[in-house]
Amino acid sequence: MNIVVCIKQVPDTESVIKIAGDGKSIDTGDIKWVMNPYDEFGVEEALRIVKDQGGEVTVVGAGPARVVEALRTALAMGADKAVHIQDDDLYGADPIAVAKMLAKAIEPLSPDVVFFGQRAVDDDSGVVSSAVAEYLGMPQLSVITKLEIADGKVKGTRPIEGQTVVLEASLPAVISAQKGLNEPRYASLPGIMKAKKKPLETKTPADLGAERSDFIEIATLNPPPDRAPGKTVEGETAQELAANLAKLLKEEAKVI
Amino acid sequence: MDFELSMEQDILRKTVRDFAEKEIAPVARELDQKEFFSLDTCRAMGELGLFGMIVSEDYGGQGMDYVSYIIAVEEIARIDGSHAATIAAGNSLGISPLFYYGSEEQKMKYLPKLCTGEGLWGFGLTEPGAGSDAGNSATTAVLDGDEWVINGSKIFITNASAPNSMGVTVMCKTGKREDGRDELSCILVELGTPGFEAREMHGKMMWRASNTSELYFDDCRVPKENLLGTRGKGFHQMLETLDGGRLSIGAMGVGGAQGAYELALRYSKERVQFNKPVASFQVNAFKLADMAMEIEAARLLLYNACWLRDNHKFFSKHAAMAKLYASEVMGRVTDQAVQLHGGYGLMQEYDVERFYRDYKLLTIGEGTSEIQRLVIARLIGAI
Ligand SMILES: Cc1cc2nc3c(=O)[nH]c(=O)nc-3n(C[C@H](O)[C@H](O)[C@H](O)COP(=O)(O)OP(=O)(O)OC[C@H]3O[C@@H](n4cnc5c(N)ncnc54)[C@H](O)[C@@H]3O)c2cc1C
Ligand SMILES: Cc1cc2nc3c(=O)[nH]c(=O)nc-3n(C[C@H](O)[C@H](O)[C@H](O)COP(=O)(O)OP(=O)(O)OC[C@H]3O[C@@H](n4cnc5c(N)ncnc54)[C@H](O)[C@@H]3O)c2cc1C
Repeated sequence: MNIVVCIKQVPDTESVIKIAGDGKSIDTGDIKWVMNPYDEFGVEEALRIVKDQGGEVTVVGAGPARVVEALRTALAMGADKAVHIQDDDLYGADPIAVAKMLAKAIEPLSPDVVFFGQRAVDDDSGVVSSAVAEYLGMPQLSVITKLEIADGKVKGTRPIEGQTVVLEASLPAVISAQKGLNEPRYASLPGIMKAKKKPLETKTPADLGAERSDFIEIATLNPPPDRAPGKTVEGETAQELAANLAKLLKEEAKVI
Repeated sequence: MDFELSMEQDILRKTVRDFAEKEIAPVARELDQKEFFSLDTCRAMGELGLFGMIVSEDYGGQGMDYVSYIIAVEEIARIDGSHAATIAAGNSLGISPLFYYGSEEQKMKYLPKLCTGEGLWGFGLTEPGAGSDAGNSATTAVLDGDEWVINGSKIFITNASAPNSMGVTVMCKTGKREDGRDELSCILVELGTPGFEAREMHGKMMWRASNTSELYFDDCRVPKENLLGTRGKGFHQMLETLDGGRLSIGAMGVGGAQGAYELALRYSKERVQFNKPVASFQVNAFKLADMAMEIEAARLLLYNACWLRDNHKFFSKHAAMAKLYASEVMGRVTDQAVQLHGGYGLMQEYDVERFYRDYKLLTIGEGTSEIQRLVIARLIGAI
C-alpha cells in the first residue's frame, strides 16, 4: 500500500492569536506551530495500514521552511519519507491554489490512498481535500471515523445526526479523517532520532510546474467578541433557584 | 552565539509536553494524595523513550544530548515533580554511573532493560550518618575470596524499591588509602541478593509518587566482578554523577516553576475580586512579570550549563549555580503562585499546592543549597 498523508502546519491552539496590522492576517511573530491535529489522525491511520498490509507512508506539506518541523514530527511518528513544497507566502492562500500545488506533488507518488484531516483548525476552510481529489480524479470519502481497506476497495464510516453512513469506493481514494478515527501515537524519542536520517525532499512550485492562482483572498479578519460576564442565579431555596434559572433560560437566553 | 534549539529538541519538547499533559496530569494529584508510585505511568514514560536518553543506541538508549534530556525533565516537571524525579533519578543516578563506569559486560547486562524503563536502578550514596558529608560513609565492603561482603545501610535512595527496581549502586568503604583516608568504591547489588533489603519509605512531604527507600546490607555477598570501574574511585564517580544530576534537579526547578507560574497566570486572570481579574491589579501583574523573568533567567543558566557539558567543557560551577538558582526560583515562584490563588491555593483541589510542596526537595536533594554555595565558593576561589 502506497500512502500519502498531507500535513498542514497550524498555530498551536494555546497560542495567543493577534490580528496583524493589515487586518487580514495573523501576527505570526510569537506563534508556536504544530501539525494540524486532524492530520495526526491521517498519519496514525496510514501507519496502522502499512503495519498490517505493508507499504510506505509519504508525508507532504506546503509552506515556508518552518513546515519542515511538522513533516519531521510525522517522520518521528513513523512515516517513511517527506516532501516539502517550499513556498514562503502560501500561508493564508486560496485553498484551491494550495490544492493544485499538492495535487502536482502527490501525482508522481502514485498513491493508493491519500489522507487529509477533515479540516484545519486555523482557517477551517475544509476544501483542500476535496479539491485535491478532484484534481487527481479520485473518489473522496470525507469526515471518516472508521476505515477498512481490502481487495482494492475502501470502506469508510461517517457519523451523521444520530446515525452513520457507510461509504465505499475503489482505490485509489482520498480520505479526510475525523476525530474518533484513532488515537494518534506520540512521536517517541527513538523515533525523533530516526527521523533525522529519513529522506525529506524540498521542491519549489516551479519544480512541480504549479502556478499559484488565487481566486479568493481574505478581506478582513475580526477578533472574537468579548465574552459577556456570567450571571449568578439568585434564590434562597433549591426550588427558588431552579425557578429563577428556568426563567433566565427562557427569557434572557431564550433557549427553552 | 546561537540560542535556537534544534528542530529535534523542539519536536522533543512538544512530544513530552503533550505526553505529560495527557498521561500524567490526569493522575498526578491522586497518586500524590495516595503516596503511590505508579508502574503504569513509569512504563508509559519508558515506552516514550524517557529512560536512557543520553545512553548510546548500542545499549538501547536514545543517544541524545544533555540539552534534550534536560528539556524532557523540564516538561515532565511542569506537570508533576514526582514523575520528573523518577525520570531524573533514573537517567542521572541510576543509568549514568553504569554507562560511564561500567564494564562492557555490566553495560550489556543492565542498560538495555534500564533504558526501556522495564527496570529501575538506585544510587546509594547517602547514609543516616553521612548526608552532606557523603565521603564519611560507614557502609563497608570486604573482599572475601571472590566475593564482596557488604555491611551497612543507606537512606533516601530513589527508585530502589519500586515494583520494577532491579538493583542499586552502593558506595562502600573498601579499605584504607596510603594517606590514611578511607578507600571508597562503588559496587553493584541486585535486588533479591541475600542479605540485601530495600524498604520503601513513607510519609514524605513532597515527591510522594516517587519511590524512596532505605537500604540494609547484612553480610550481603556479591561477586568480585560487581565492582563498578576502578577500586578506590567510588567517591570520585559519585561526585561526577552528581554534577550531571544537578542539571536534572535544575530542570525540575525550571519546569516546576513554569508549571506553577502557568497555573497562577490562568487563575488570576479568571478570578474576579473588586469587579476585576486579580491579575489586573498592578501588584499581582508585577508578581507574574517577575516570575516569568526569573524562570527565563534560570532556564538560560541551566541550558548554558548543559551546553558546556555537551561541548566537553568544564561545567561543575555552572551546574551548581543552575541547580541552586533554579531551585530557589521555584521556591519564590510557587510561594507567589499559591498567594495568587488565595485560600484556594491551600487546598488539594488546586494543583499549585503540590508544586509548593514538591519544590522543597530541590534545595535539599543532590547537595543542599548550602553545599552548592560551598562548591561555587570553592570554584571561584573564595575559600
Ligand atoms: C526524596 C529524597 C530522595 C533522595 N534520593 C537520593 C538518592 O537517590 N541517592 C542518594 O544517595 N541520596 C538521596 N537523597 C539524599 C539527599 O541527597 C540528602 O538528603 C542530602 O544530601 C542532604 O543530606 P542530609 O539529609 O543528611 O542532611 P545534612 O547533611 O544532615 O544537612 C542538614 C543541614 O545542614 C547543612 N549543612 C551540612 N553540612 C554543611 C556545611 N558543611 N556547611 C553548611 N551547611 C551544612 C545542610 O545544608 C542542611 O541544611 C534523597 C533525599 C530525599 C529527601
Ligand atoms: C484554612 C482557612 C480558614 C479560613 N477561615 C475563614 C473563616 O473562618 N471565616 C471566613 O470568613 N473566611 C475564612 N477563610 C477565608 C480567607 O479569609 C480567604 O481565603 C482570604 O480572605 C482570601 O480570599 P480568597 O481566598 O477569596 O482569595 P482572593 O480574594 O481571590 O485573592 C486572590 C489573590 O488576589 C489578591 N487580591 C485580591 N484583591 C486584590 C486587590 N484589590 N489588590 C491586590 N491584590 C488583590 C489576593 O491578595 C490574593 O493574592 C479561611 C481560609 C482558609 C484557607
